[in-house]
Formats: sequence, C-alpha cells, structure tokens
Amino acid sequence: MDLLLWGVLPYVMVAILIGGSIWRYRYDQFGWTTRSSQLYESRLLRIGSPIFHFGLLAVIAGHFFGLVIPMAWTLAVGMSQDFYHLNALLVGGVAGVGTLGGILILIYRRRKTGPVFMATTRNDKVMYVVLTAAIVLGLWTTLASVFEGDHGHNYRETVAPWFRSLFIFQPDIAAMAAAPFSFHIHTLVGMLLFIIWPFTRLVHAFTAPLHYLFRPYIVYRTRDQVPGAIRPIRRGWAPIGTSDRTRDKK
Amino acid sequence: MRVMAQMGMVMNLDKCIGCHTCSVTCKQAWTNRAGTEYVWFNNVETRPGQGYPRRYEDQEKWRGGWKLNKKGRLALNSGGRVAKLLGLFASPVQPELKDYYEPWTYDYKTLIDAPLGDDFPVARPKSLITGKDTQITWSANWDDDLAGAPEMGHLDPIGEKVRRESEDKIKFAFEQTFMFYLPRICEHCLNPSCMASCPSGAIYKRVEDGIVLVDQDKCRGWRQCITGCPYKKIYFNHKTGKAEKCTFCYPRVEIGLPTVCSETCVGRLRYLGLFLYDADRVTDAAAVTDETDLYQSQMDLLLDPNDPAVAAAASAQGIPDDWIDAARRSPVYALAKVYQVALPLHPEYRTMPMVWYVPPLSPIVDLLSDQGHDAEDSGTLFGAIDALRIPVEYLAELFTAGDTDLITEVLRKLAAMRAYMRGITLGQQADAAIPASVGMSPESMYEMYRLMAIAKYEERYVIPKAHVEQAHDLEEMGCSVDFEGGPGMYEDSPFGEASGRPTPVAVENFYALKDRQTSDTASGAATLRNRVNLLNWDGNGAPAGLFPESRDVPRAAAASPADLGGPTAAGGSSPGSGDSAGTP
Repeated sequence: MDLLLWGVLPYVMVAILIGGSIWRYRYDQFGWTTRSSQLYESRLLRIGSPIFHFGLLAVIAGHFFGLVIPMAWTLAVGMSQDFYHLNALLVGGVAGVGTLGGILILIYRRRKTGPVFMATTRNDKVMYVVLTAAIVLGLWTTLASVFEGDHGHNYRETVAPWFRSLFIFQPDIAAMAAAPFSFHIHTLVGMLLFIIWPFTRLVHAFTAPLHYLFRPYIVYRTRDQVPGAIRPIRRGWAPIGTSDRTRDKK
Repeated sequence: MRVMAQMGMVMNLDKCIGCHTCSVTCKQAWTNRAGTEYVWFNNVETRPGQGYPRRYEDQEKWRGGWKLNKKGRLALNSGGRVAKLLGLFASPVQPELKDYYEPWTYDYKTLIDAPLGDDFPVARPKSLITGKDTQITWSANWDDDLAGAPEMGHLDPIGEKVRRESEDKIKFAFEQTFMFYLPRICEHCLNPSCMASCPSGAIYKRVEDGIVLVDQDKCRGWRQCITGCPYKKIYFNHKTGKAEKCTFCYPRVEIGLPTVCSETCVGRLRYLGLFLYDADRVTDAAAVTDETDLYQSQMDLLLDPNDPAVAAAASAQGIPDDWIDAARRSPVYALAKVYQVALPLHPEYRTMPMVWYVPPLSPIVDLLSDQGHDAEDSGTLFGAIDALRIPVEYLAELFTAGDTDLITEVLRKLAAMRAYMRGITLGQQADAAIPASVGMSPESMYEMYRLMAIAKYEERYVIPKAHVEQAHDLEEMGCSVDFEGGPGMYEDSPFGEASGRPTPVAVENFYALKDRQTSDTASGAATLRNRVNLLNWDGNGAPAGLFPESRDVPRAAAASPADLGGPTAAGGSSPGSGDSAGTP
C-alpha cells in the first residue's frame, strides 16, 4: 500500500499533470482562460482574489523552502531548528490562513452572487472542493504542530526527503510512510489536486504572463495564411481512417 | 522609414441620422451570441451624453490610454508592467456590467401561451444574465436623442470639462442645447494601449492592413485590455472568458467588401480606405509634449502615396502595387490629409486612432436657422462658428484635444463648401472668394464636395483585396471537412460549451446537409443541435423548434427561470432582436 501511494502514485500524478497539460494546451487553447467573473461582481472579488492568490504564492514558496531545501543546509547556515520552525509556523500560518480566508470569500461570492453561481460549472465545483480540502488539510498539519509543540512531527525528516527522492527515481517510501496521518492525507489530496489540474480552470496558472515584463508593447503579426480554425491536422492527432487514407495528399 | 498600410475609416457626422442601423447589423453579424449580449462593437451615442459604457471618457476614473511620465516618455495610464502584473488577480479599474447595462429579453412565450382570459398577457423583461425578472434601467443608447438630459446631462464627462473650463459657467440650458450623433467602433489605433496592456500578448496588429485583433487562442482572460482601451471598445465575453473586439469585418475587407456597418449605413456617411504611414515614427509621434500637437504629429505620420519615394519605400516593404494604387485613391486619406476636414477622436489619449470624423456643422446650422438666419450664407456661418462657443468647445474636446482654432478651421471649410456649392446650384456665379477664405482652390473645394456629397460606392469604399495567391486559403474551401473531433465538439466538451477549437461554418453546414440528405426523416433537434436550419429545410416535416408547441401538450406554468436558461445558454439573443424566449 505504501509502495502504491508513495512510490507509484506520485509518478502517475506527474504523468497526468504533464501529459494532461500538454494535451489541453494542444487541443483546447480556446478553453485555456481564467474565465473571470469580474464583470458580474467586482467588490468581493477585489478583496478575496488578491488575498487568495498572494497567499497562495507565499504558500508555494513555503512548500519549496520546506520540501526542497534539506535540513542540513539550513542548519549549516546557522538556522536552528527552533528558529526554522517558528518561521515556518508564523509565515506559513499567515499565508495559509490568508489563502483559506481568500478562498472562503471567493466561494461565498460564487455561491451568493446569482450570475457568478450560474457561471460555475460542475468541473469548477469539484475543483473548489479539492482545492479547499488541500488548503484546509495543509493548514491542519501546520496548526497541529503548534499544539504538539516541540514534540511535533518534523516533516523535514520524513516528507521532505521522500519528496526529493522522487526526483532521482529512488523514492524513499519508508520515510514518507513514517509521517503522521495528517501529512499523508494532505499529500494525497495535494496529488489529487495536481491530477485534476490540467482539466480544470486552474491551468491558467501555467500561463502566468511573466513574459509581459519583457515583450514589446506593440505586437505586429502577419495575417494567417490559413484561417486559424482550420489548420492542417497535426501529426499524431489525426482521427482514425481519414486524411491519409481517404483523400489525396496535397 | 518603415511604410505600413492601415485600413482606416472616416465618418461624416453631419450625415448621421442616428438610426442605429450600423449597430444592429453589426450586432447581428458579430455579437448575437451568448456571452456577448451586452456587447456592441459598433454603437451610436448621442452627444452630449454619457456614451457607452457610461462615462467611458472619464480617464481619471477608467485610466485608459497613454500619458507622459515624468521623463516625458509614453507610459500606460493604468500603470506599468509590474503594476499590471500585481493587479492581475482582480483588475483594479474594471467596468462592471452595470456600467454597460444588464442585457435582457422579453418573456414572449407568455404572449403565445397565455390562456384565454380577461387580462392581456404581458411579456415581462427577463435578464439575460440571471434569467430572472428585471427592471430595465439602462442600455447602450438609453440617453438617445438627449433623453433624460435635464436630469443626466451633467454626467457627460466632456460637457463637464467644457463647463469647468469656460469662465462664465455655462449652464446646461436645455433649450440651447445642440445635439449630434457619434457612431463608434474600435479605432484600430497605430499605438494601441489595449495591446500594450495585454499580459498575454494576444492582441496584435496585422502587418498587412493594420487591423487590431484578439487572438482567441492566446487570450487568457486577464482583462487588462479593457482597462487599457480609453474608448472601452474591448469587451469581455463572459461565457468564453475571452476578450473580444471590433474586427473591422476583416473577413469581408479581405475580399474587398466594406465592413457591415459601412455597407448598411443609411446615411452613407462612412468611408473606407488605406493610409500609408511610417511605423518607425509612431512612438515618437505619440509622445509629443503638448496634447494639442498630437493631431499634427498624427497627420505627419501619414505618408503621401503619390510621392514616388513613399511608393518605392512601400514596395520595398512588400506592399503590393495594387495596394499602393488603392492608397492613392483612398477617400480617407483625402478627407484626413488632403482636405484636412477629418479629425481623430480624442487624440489626447495618444493611441493614434485610425477612425476619423468629419465634425458636424449641423448643430450650428440648426441654431442659425432656428433663429431665422440664412444658414447657408458663408458670412453668417463664419460669424456663427466664431460666436457659438459651446458647440465649438465641445467638439474641440472630442476631436482636437481642446484646440478650438483647429475645429473652427474645419467647420469653416465645411461652411465654405456649403455656401460655395449653394451659389453654383442656384446658378449664380461661383464665388472664388469663398474657397479662398479657407485656403482652398475652387477646384479642390468642388472635389471635396463631390467626395462628401455624391461619391459612389466604389469611391467611398476603396478596399484592395487580400492577395489573390492567398485567396484559396482565405475561404473555408481550403479546409477539409473531417475536422478534428467533428462538429459539435465544443458543446459537449469537458471544459464547457466554449472550449475546444471552433467549428468552421462550412463544416457545420456540410454535416447538417449530409444529415438531411441521408436520413429518412426530417433532421431532428438532436442532429441540428437545437437549431433550425432553414437553408436546408425542404418542407419535409417540421423540425423541432420551428413552430411553437401545440396546444394539447401540457404547458408549464408561466415561464420560470429554467425556461429562460435554455436560450440563454444555447444561443442568446440581443435585447432588440426579439428572439422567442423558449424552445419547446
């Protein structure tokens, strides 16, 4: 079971995340959008959305710090375990609570504003459940460590080594299996989130427009020689038994 | 010098009768879809008036266009690149639906289905956004013909500015009010601030004809372009989550047809043609310090196609000879640069707009004739233009960044043309002093009169075709019908109705026709996806949805929101188009 969850599932998740994103990018550029609802409602969005998104960026940075940077490194630069822990708790806690608060505002808005709710698809609802669950469970692991104090679980000795070991294809399953249940469930829901990611509106995060900082203001483009909607079928994506069989190739 | 070609438009505002035909035909052609119910790529507003969306010209609030920063360089009014990215999660200055209006339809089904009774059934307005009963409080032209001016006249941002700047605090006296119509489309600017605002880089200017378009595949719905455009001519499709804008009817223009708004214009006030301009100097021209110099710097960008050096440079840039020839015959170049009677709308936004306007003389003529003067006499007209400050100052705020001398000059030209031609028409000796008084020769004044008054279709619309060797690909003929996923994929797709690649019309029709020809029965709603294709209907049977449901079918009680959900999601209808509210 541990092998399946911590040895196989992560790779399945990555395969679906990458494969799904590539597939979506090629097949569904038109659906690749934030699907903003600001036109319907702006007041709550302008409170909730920045809190959520900036909180989320901080949370991502925190995950990077906790999972990718080995404990030995922070100790080497003189950062004591207590100091690290306090830091993680404060910054992580604030970011987590902000993210959760932001998403709660957004969910409230989505439910209570008629037009916004009407524009919410089933896909969105599933996504919201998984996303909120991941945030709540993540916050739980952080808060649990407060109550447990010094006896709390040090994930940098279990989850983090496992996470890093995944990248060298030598998953340290035992380390992860030793982590407490709260971390297990948070990780599982997190993986679920990444599995559904390419198929939800979350994909907009993958096209965060950082290139805006560098591109020229005015964009010139030549007219499409072939209208966009009817480009030739791409290699590897042709339906069975068509173009190459039934018509003369051009 | 980098010569580029630009399709441009000139509208002669004296001829606009405010019939909204351009808006309606444009809407039927382009925005009669779910998600764009509130969108009018072309709208006609009555000035003075708030415009659409309301008070869009108030850039203190909406932050559209460009400004000069402290170093005197061009900067987006809505903030730089970093500021824009930080504001991505909730666009700080964003018009809401209430700034446009809440689109609606009527519950026509009640009219048809109401049981016999003493009361007249009423078709109540239903919001196309929520599907519920709604109060109609605003629309794209709610203040048409100065409707509500006594109450709302003060809300016109331009009127506000004129009143603020005039020393004697002109009151908005209704009886002295002048009025004219202002049809607006996207300006297809040379220096578009929407494009500069787009984080994804999805908005682009076509090299061949300068038409500004949104790449629907690359747009990610960040909405910054809507803030960036000072004319508020980019709209958010709330169903697809993408920005949409006036396309200058590029599929028509590519085959030499005028845009839908031009083609259907009752007053024949629109002119289409090419400008040649120097693309290298655009940024400098938009960055001149004094706002009143912007008109002149924009004029300086326009190159004379009759100049052999310009023609040679254009050829060197790959502009085909027939395009250079079309630029020579261009009516928009003639009106803007040769006769200098067409002016850009709000040059102070520094976007270098390419839809130009001949300002209206009619408010002044109307005032004169109301007061019993001879409104065709050049002396009277000239005196009136100088004396009537309100219209002139108002027009100056619209077209010349407040420079009243410039607008006066243009109005005097129009007045001179009127007086001069009256002399000729009445069989009097042509008075060469009149053209001379506005710096024109009698010949050029007559030519201008011809172009503005009696130019025929081919003279008003000089549109070179996109190149012949590409023509095959431009039509949908170039495509195969075994389109990936087949027609209909976008409605069943896992990401909602709008995802996936759009099905070309030709493919859709092909499948509908094939279905029609090979099936034993009339094509059902299932195969036509709830549309009735009258093109292919041969009278054999009645496709579902063609006729109202019959009496003996038990009818649901008065239309519930659920009834409205159908058409709202499937087809949508413009507020004016009168679509029936429900498909059985």
